[in-house]
Amino acid sequence: MARLTIDGKEIEVPAGTVLIEAARRLGIEIPHYCYHPGLSIAGQCRLCMVEIEKNPRLQISCNTVATDGMVVQTGSPKVLETRKSIMEFHLINHPLDCPVCDQAGECWLQIYYMQHGLYEPRMMDEKVHKPKAVPLGPHVMLDAERCILCSRCVRFCDEVTGTSELGIFNRGDRSEIGLFPGRELANPYSGNVIDICPVGALTDRDFRFAVRVWYLDRAKSVCPGCARGCNIEIHYNVRRPHHNAGRRVARLKPRENPEVNKWWICDFGRYGFGFIDDPSRLLAPARREGPKAEEVSWEDAVQLLAGRLRQYAPEEIGVLASPQMANEDLFLLKRLAGHLGIRSLDFGVPPRDPGFEDHLLIRADKNPNSKGAELIGLLPRDGGPDARGMLQAARARRLKCLWVFHHDLTRSAWGEAEVLEALLALGCLIFQGSNANGVSAHAHLVLPSATYAEREGTFTNFQGRVQRFRKAVEPLGESRPDWEILARVGEAVGLDLRPTRAEDLFRELARTLPAFSGLSYRSLGDLGQKVQE
Amino acid sequence: MAELILTRNFHLAESHTLRVYRETGGYEAVRKAFGMAPADVVAEVRRSNLRGLGGAGFPTGVKWGFIPKESTKPRYLVINGDEGEPGTFKDRYLLERDPHALIEGMIISAYAIGSHTAFVYIRGEYVRPWEIFSRAVEEACAAGFLGKNILGSGFDLDIIVHRGAGAYICGEETGLISSLEGNKGWPKLKPPFPAVRGAFGCPTIVNNVETICHVPPIINRGAEWFAGLGTKSQGGTRMYSVSGHVVRPGVYELPVSATVRQLIYEHAGGLPNGRRLKAVVPGGSSSAILTADEIDVTMDVDGLQRAGSMIGSAGVIVMDETVSIPEALMVIARFYAHESCGQCTPCRESTGWIYKTARRIVEGKGRKEDLDTILDVARRGAGTTICAFYDGAVGPYISYVEKFRAEFEALIGEGQPSLVVAH
Ligand SMILES: Cc1cc2nc3c(=O)[nH]c(=O)nc-3n(C[C@H](O)[C@H](O)[C@H](O)COP(=O)(O)O)c2cc1C
Ligand code: SF4
Ligand code: SF4
Ligand code: SF4
Ligand code: FES
Repeated sequence: MARLTIDGKEIEVPAGTVLIEAARRLGIEIPHYCYHPGLSIAGQCRLCMVEIEKNPRLQISCNTVATDGMVVQTGSPKVLETRKSIMEFHLINHPLDCPVCDQAGECWLQIYYMQHGLYEPRMMDEKVHKPKAVPLGPHVMLDAERCILCSRCVRFCDEVTGTSELGIFNRGDRSEIGLFPGRELANPYSGNVIDICPVGALTDRDFRFAVRVWYLDRAKSVCPGCARGCNIEIHYNVRRPHHNAGRRVARLKPRENPEVNKWWICDFGRYGFGFIDDPSRLLAPARREGPKAEEVSWEDAVQLLAGRLRQYAPEEIGVLASPQMANEDLFLLKRLAGHLGIRSLDFGVPPRDPGFEDHLLIRADKNPNSKGAELIGLLPRDGGPDARGMLQAARARRLKCLWVFHHDLTRSAWGEAEVLEALLALGCLIFQGSNANGVSAHAHLVLPSATYAEREGTFTNFQGRVQRFRKAVEPLGESRPDWEILARVGEAVGLDLRPTRAEDLFRELARTLPAFSGLSYRSLGDLGQKVQE
Repeated sequence: MAELILTRNFHLAESHTLRVYRETGGYEAVRKAFGMAPADVVAEVRRSNLRGLGGAGFPTGVKWGFIPKESTKPRYLVINGDEGEPGTFKDRYLLERDPHALIEGMIISAYAIGSHTAFVYIRGEYVRPWEIFSRAVEEACAAGFLGKNILGSGFDLDIIVHRGAGAYICGEETGLISSLEGNKGWPKLKPPFPAVRGAFGCPTIVNNVETICHVPPIINRGAEWFAGLGTKSQGGTRMYSVSGHVVRPGVYELPVSATVRQLIYEHAGGLPNGRRLKAVVPGGSSSAILTADEIDVTMDVDGLQRAGSMIGSAGVIVMDETVSIPEALMVIARFYAHESCGQCTPCRESTGWIYKTARRIVEGKGRKEDLDTILDVARRGAGTTICAFYDGAVGPYISYVEKFRAEFEALIGEGQPSLVVAH
């Protein structure tokens, strides 16, 4: 431990802590560009200088280790004057194309210039020119003139992904970020360099010019792309609906969680949000008889479903839940199935292709809540059939009514013909999900679900960490969260559980399932908590 | 004339061969050193007041003592033969004319610090010095002065010769280490210092060619003798590279207590064509310029520091009255803008800025505020960078403008309007 004083406040920090981190613990943010807690120390931007008693020269706080008795000033006149100079150096060759720069509004050159620069421009000569709008890979666009050469992107590719596509070439003020010959920035985490680039040098090809960032609102969420459950922020635009072709969710950004994803997310997750505002969204309940589909009210849809559930014997009904569903949904569904005496219950459908997996974040299981489904027990009861068994039973006309959540069975590991034969043999196929697919196309009843971005809930990741995701935008059309649909059906068939909010279900889940005991929305906080195993 | 030490054999034909080196007493110091404890060799060098001759003037024996005693990693001795400082060309003579002096110095130094692998980093353009030195290493190996169990002492040493690829910054010791490791020649953050964590993550001592060539005579003749040749704080002689407007440019070995005036007028033959002296750059391009009135200063580390300049690499550039100081600044500023490694912001950005400003003044497009801008930018960047490259550039920026301000102002005249309407 080291005891030191920063701006007159005493603090004790573990041995080896650098000053910039020690200050952060006191709530003092030292301006910086090249420092990133997830990368090695580069000490290149020289913005983070502080004054240390008995040291005539200012020192960079990102590479100075706190020692006992140190007295540090982060805002002395000398520090402020130096910071101003360093800002001027950063900006003399900068093109200042903020009005047409996608980073404007979240650019650390703009922010620090306003906070610490505010000098009169003195550089009267021609600036150094470098390439602009250079695609580095499928997701990342480079503007080398805007780059402040902090080397974060280079260190990310060297140290985090180990792919080393990027380098800094040339010398002096001709130094330039670029790809090594023959390389492309196409590693599965390439989007992270956009986040860590403090300026508008690296921008997102998917997001560029879609919405100005000051129109965006943010919601804390969890990526549903795989069993990791990376913490994310959903950035959405509802204030300027004419932007971004009417699509509300504009982009996803990683949210730091040391236990799950550190500072990063993968590109599959980052760019996997298209379905939320996709034309394939199911917008209203619908019933189909013969080739003709007809929209119905929720009232009618729920009555219809309740009627079917009463009409068939429990052995004739199958429920195929989904690991895409939240814990709250799964818990209620399990109770409903129990109430109806349904034994054919399952959640897992094998994917057609084995999922890609690596040692960083990406998991082969592309579902966010397989662990939750397992713990809550969406599994066959009393010798009932599993998912595959249900299809067999359907083909044999033993199973007559199947309620499928989210899955596109026609794209599973099972043969498409075999699946279709089963689905077409059913007397009643119910599909509940957010987007149209090969199952909804044949369903007698379609119930539109809200997506994870349009509701609250929790997922349990592969580590058993239960994490909250929050609502960003309203459910599209008449879609509703799965638990809400289930609650209405439950009410119609006389279930005793009457939740009015997702949290009610989580409370009940924590009360009745030992694995979840002790957990609450409040205790989960922003970073989640592990189940008891 | 004072006694020559480093250059004593330069006049001999074949001075670069093992035969001549041995005939003139070479490789005797190694035997003597092997009879001493390594710590005693370090102590001897410390007492000799030998100071680094690569630029920084750091006491050599003290530097050797910085290797952590408890470290179990290999230790490396790295010889800096990058010699990139404009105006400096002494190491090249040592490599060409007395390569065995460096090899013997390296054996003793490596023995003192416990290193068994030593590198010599030679400036890429130095083809002939590299060839000659490499041949000398082969000769020394064949004669048993390098390799395993040297002279039956039980001490092993291999020398690896590495050629640079043409960047000034690779002379800065941590830039040199990066380059030696196969990386871009970017200086490293300090701490950790190379003696603690240098080449390949191991304790490393970087010394200049000339510094290490001094080691065998110190061992042969003792620390007191060496210290007695110089001033109170710096022992010995050193080699001054003299270029520019003198009758006899070249390399001169003198005691460090000699003055700039003595060097120019007594040794280099004064200025040609009866021209008058205008200015002297005493220690390579990175040292502050001296006016003609400021040359009665001793050329040891402390003497020039007192005079507000530095002896640096002892590259002495003499300028007569025909030289335009603004043009000289433009040339030197172009060098620093070209050679900045670009890693840290103040140096990367302001070297280019100052060069463009100096060029504009020379082109007759100066503005009244330009001179103050140069001074202010130079001062603001000083002391904020990763390596000493930028502080080395600040020396000339400030001194040229301050000491010859009238000449700059004459060029600017009424100046261009400072309001810029369009870019
Ligand atoms: C920009 C820069 C260039 C340098 N170039 C050289 C060089 O070419 N040769 C050299 O010996 N030292 C050079 N130095 C000094 C080295 O960093 C280092 O101090 C020296 O090699 C140590 O050896 P010494 O203690 O024997 O002088 C340079 C320093 C800087 C900042
Ligand atoms: S592109 Fe961005 S992250 Fe990369 S060095 Fe430049 S400013 Fe830094
Ligand atoms: S690793 Fe998984 S959870 Fe994380 S961003 Fe990628 S898909 Fe989403
Ligand atoms: S001071 Fe200049 S040469 Fe040294 S590291 Fe910084 S940019 Fe490179
Ligand atoms: S953050 Fe410390 S030098 Fe850049």
